[in-house]
Amino acid sequence: MYIRKTSIWKSIDWITIIFYLLMIIAGWFSICGASYEYDSMSLFDIAGRPGSQLLWMGLSVGIIFVIMMLEKDLFDVFGYLIYFIIILLLIATIFFAPEIKGSKSWLVLGPIRLQPAEFAKFATALAVAKFMGQYNFKLMTFKNFSTTLLLIFLPMFCILMQRETGSALVYLSFFLVLYREGMSGKVLLIGLCAVLFFVTNMKFSEVVVGITPLGELIVTVMILVITALLTITTSRKKYMLYWLGGVIAIAFLLAYGISFLLPVNFYWIAFGLTLLLAGYLLYLSIRTWMMKYALIAFFALGSLLFLFSIEYVFNNVLEPHQQVRIKVSLGLEDDPTGAGYNVNQSKIAIGSGGLTGKGFLNGTQTKLKYVPEQDTDFIFCTIGEEQGFVGSTLVILLFGAFIIRLVQLAERQETDFARIYGYSVASIFLFHLVINVGMVLGLTPVIGIPLPFFSYGGSSFLGFTILLFIFLRLDSSRRER
Amino acid sequence: MENKAKYNLPDRQYVLIAAIVIVVVIFIIRLFYLQVLDNDYKTWADNNAFLNKTLYPSRGLVYDRNGKLLVYNQPAYDVMLIMREVEPFDTTDFCSILGITKDLFLKRIEEIKDRKQNPGYSSYVPQVFMNQLSAQEYGALQEKLYKFPGFYIQNRTIREYEYPYAAHVLGNVSEVSKKDIEADEYYVRGDNTGRTGVERFYEKELRGEKGVEILLRDAHGRIKGRYEEGKHDQDPVSGKNLTLSIDIDLQAYGEQLMQNKLGAIVMIEPSTGEVLCMVSSPTFDPGKLVGRERGKNHKILSNDPNNPLYGRAFMAAYPPASTFKPTQGLIFLQEKVITPQTLYTCAHGYPYRNGKPACHWHASPLNLVSALATSCNSYFCWGLHDMLDSRKRYPSVQEAFEVWKNYLVSMGYGYKLGLDLPGENRGYIPNSMTYDKVYKKRWNSSTIISNAIGQGEILATPLQICNLAATIANKGYFITPHVVKGIQDMSLDTLYTNRRYTSIDNKYYDITAEGMRMAVLSGTCYGASIPDIEVCGKTGTSQNKGKDHSVFMGYAPYDKPKVAIAVFVENAGFGATYAVPIGRLMLEKYLKGTIPESSLYIEQYVKNTVITPTNVY
Repeated sequence: MYIRKTSIWKSIDWITIIFYLLMIIAGWFSICGASYEYDSMSLFDIAGRPGSQLLWMGLSVGIIFVIMMLEKDLFDVFGYLIYFIIILLLIATIFFAPEIKGSKSWLVLGPIRLQPAEFAKFATALAVAKFMGQYNFKLMTFKNFSTTLLLIFLPMFCILMQRETGSALVYLSFFLVLYREGMSGKVLLIGLCAVLFFVTNMKFSEVVVGITPLGELIVTVMILVITALLTITTSRKKYMLYWLGGVIAIAFLLAYGISFLLPVNFYWIAFGLTLLLAGYLLYLSIRTWMMKYALIAFFALGSLLFLFSIEYVFNNVLEPHQQVRIKVSLGLEDDPTGAGYNVNQSKIAIGSGGLTGKGFLNGTQTKLKYVPEQDTDFIFCTIGEEQGFVGSTLVILLFGAFIIRLVQLAERQETDFARIYGYSVASIFLFHLVINVGMVLGLTPVIGIPLPFFSYGGSSFLGFTILLFIFLRLDSSRRER
Repeated sequence: MENKAKYNLPDRQYVLIAAIVIVVVIFIIRLFYLQVLDNDYKTWADNNAFLNKTLYPSRGLVYDRNGKLLVYNQPAYDVMLIMREVEPFDTTDFCSILGITKDLFLKRIEEIKDRKQNPGYSSYVPQVFMNQLSAQEYGALQEKLYKFPGFYIQNRTIREYEYPYAAHVLGNVSEVSKKDIEADEYYVRGDNTGRTGVERFYEKELRGEKGVEILLRDAHGRIKGRYEEGKHDQDPVSGKNLTLSIDIDLQAYGEQLMQNKLGAIVMIEPSTGEVLCMVSSPTFDPGKLVGRERGKNHKILSNDPNNPLYGRAFMAAYPPASTFKPTQGLIFLQEKVITPQTLYTCAHGYPYRNGKPACHWHASPLNLVSALATSCNSYFCWGLHDMLDSRKRYPSVQEAFEVWKNYLVSMGYGYKLGLDLPGENRGYIPNSMTYDKVYKKRWNSSTIISNAIGQGEILATPLQICNLAATIANKGYFITPHVVKGIQDMSLDTLYTNRRYTSIDNKYYDITAEGMRMAVLSGTCYGASIPDIEVCGKTGTSQNKGKDHSVFMGYAPYDKPKVAIAVFVENAGFGATYAVPIGRLMLEKYLKGTIPESSLYIEQYVKNTVITPTNVY
């Protein structure tokens, strides 16, 4: 044991430790700024939020030491067990948790309140890493792929049942890990296309030019163009370019000409062309007996189907507050007193910071409590207001560097287990950064997830610390090359 | 292994790293836009956090020339409303305290929210819900105010008048209109501004400078203290006090003499241009246009057929009639049309127009002094004829007429004198083009001969007529008449201190003055002669559509003039009948301080006379 201990402190990645320390210190000061009261108590009073955050930090140091002392194989060996226990906890939470702010995600044990969802992240990462890290594991078999997805979706589903949509969505970040481990990039591209189609359609929904619904037209044209490009690159024949381009151009020119005589719904033109192209691709795939043409055809048809379902899903599946949040983030609805209040106030707080900010504890918006949840999900506002563009940019850069460092660490692992776990950690942090800061800046819909190491909260702080330091423990015992 | 061979999976880390970099760049661009490029957020943040409480300065006081306080301020209470902070409350209770109906309450709220009517509306900023509560309403509301979140009481001051006189000079104050707010960003809804009189003309001096107290307000609207311990607060600056040149006793006496008559009295101190009194009749108590009764009273006054709101002394223009003759004498002398010895004949009228204008009986032929003393019409008609129709001096009647007109303009006619009250009338002196248009360039002195005797197209305000008297008293110059002689901590505009010389040589004024002195001693103005004061004067009978107006113009004493006066009594007939005795009493009041017993019967007779359109026609 003694010998190992010294070697760990030598081989641990100090760069990541420094990033970690910078983040938790900056985070603590932000919480001070966010929870500062005029008629205030001491910052170190544990009854106050800065004080209790200090307590969590102290506790984290202890946990970090414990993690570092543990045998590295323990995480691999007990991966499924930890996962199993956490899943049980998550399920228990669904039934036993009291309702707090509309969600049932807190387990209350006397004075201690825990959010199991925050600990499910590292547990899921361990289980996924263990499963995918098996010797000679091939992801792209049906059984393996579906089992992996099950491992990811099980906690996600539990958390959805706790009505913590934000925390559940975090598990989508595992798709980045899957991509690194061999999943086709097309899955991500299709996901991106879906987001793109959805946003475009929503953005232009209810805009009608002549009799053409603009949102549908643009999305259909996008589908048509993507399908045509895929067809051209797949066939690798030059005449295909002229042929497809010519047909599409002529069809639209004709429609444009006719539109002077009678109203033309251009959406139907694009739709018809896409259907024709899909039919042609199916014909090609049968004639040449090549699957790839059929796949492109399925993409086109699937996209069209997706387009039809957008409105239905949006209006019938999503809850009203989610609909409003999405509309607010797309700029379709401006509701500064209602659903848009948080985002509006958060933009005001950040925007008023200016270049250099108002100075520590001098933010009027945060001190006067204009931004709700400003010490948890909206903690970035405090940084924006008090530290200005300079401070908030530094924080963003710090996060970016931190995650890139994690990717580099993951890539240098020699075991698949450690690498996959490392990628999980990096992806989870990236997802939190994108959604949390995106939300505060009014770029993404309001999805309540914390900013790691900045947001106030014991569970998330400990959860992220454990997530990170298990990886640093794994990293520290790799063999030097 | 297959997979790795096919795609080289480790390379995929760069896709991830690229994604991270893109996210970071997008965030930084967004931050740059929000924090550096777009400045609106700062304003919004300030609107959120800062409650700017306006501290109202007290409006300047107004004193008369002898230091008597005329206008001061009284506390009043406005009900203010911050729309954001309003929570459901018992409207019935609220309305009953203020004595309004629920409909009115709702209408008022609508009005406040309507940005068309209320351009400065913000739900964060206090808006005036109702102004100038009575003391009882204030007490009742103050007690229950805690029940009505969002409503506040703001202390304000309103004007209070010590004397019921000089309404047209003092003017009044009222709430700013939408137009005022657009014209001057100093004002916000609910502020007061001067509407008429010196309140309007000296608004900038009187209003002072509003102060502001910046309070911090949290998201729930609670006040959390002063921003940076009041470092950015501004104390209000009180308005400047004004000292009028008006003598309030003289003004009061004038208003009493003019009661039940329409017209004006203006008295000016010739050496300074200070207006000693400016009576416009009918008049009203300025205290009526204050407070919540203002609207109602204003309506009553503006519906009065005798139009008491109309400051006749400087807003009305009448034919100056014979008070115009001194100007003619001066012009003819200056133009060498006549000499003091020139004699004209008078055969009870001006022969070129078949004895029109007619003249009364007097000795003939006569010189300028006698013509002024007897107010001979023919003399001045002859003079104007010789000036305009003689081609020896000017090649055309038009050019001669322009010369004539320019003399009058130099004497203060035809344009606003520049009195420091809004609404001054410029009177009217035609130019040659006016006649060219009407008579197609075929006209001569006979066409326009009535101008020689202050009739015809000529119009002048009582103020301009009094100014002529002051100019004659000064022998050739005047100082722009003004009602404010001093502003606290400020010097008067040079317009009100510089002499304005006429284009007539001062030696000619002696002759005019002698004529006016003779008019009092032995002419039409005999009624103005006061045993121990050498009064100079000139009567006038101003012909108009109705019964003639009675006019008197004069100054006293003859050697060292202390006061010039003009009196106009509408529809009172000959100048000598009413205007002269009123002028005499005013001169006595000012120069002696009291009315001698020998004149009391005149005072009685004047005061008891009723000449209003209702009994004239």
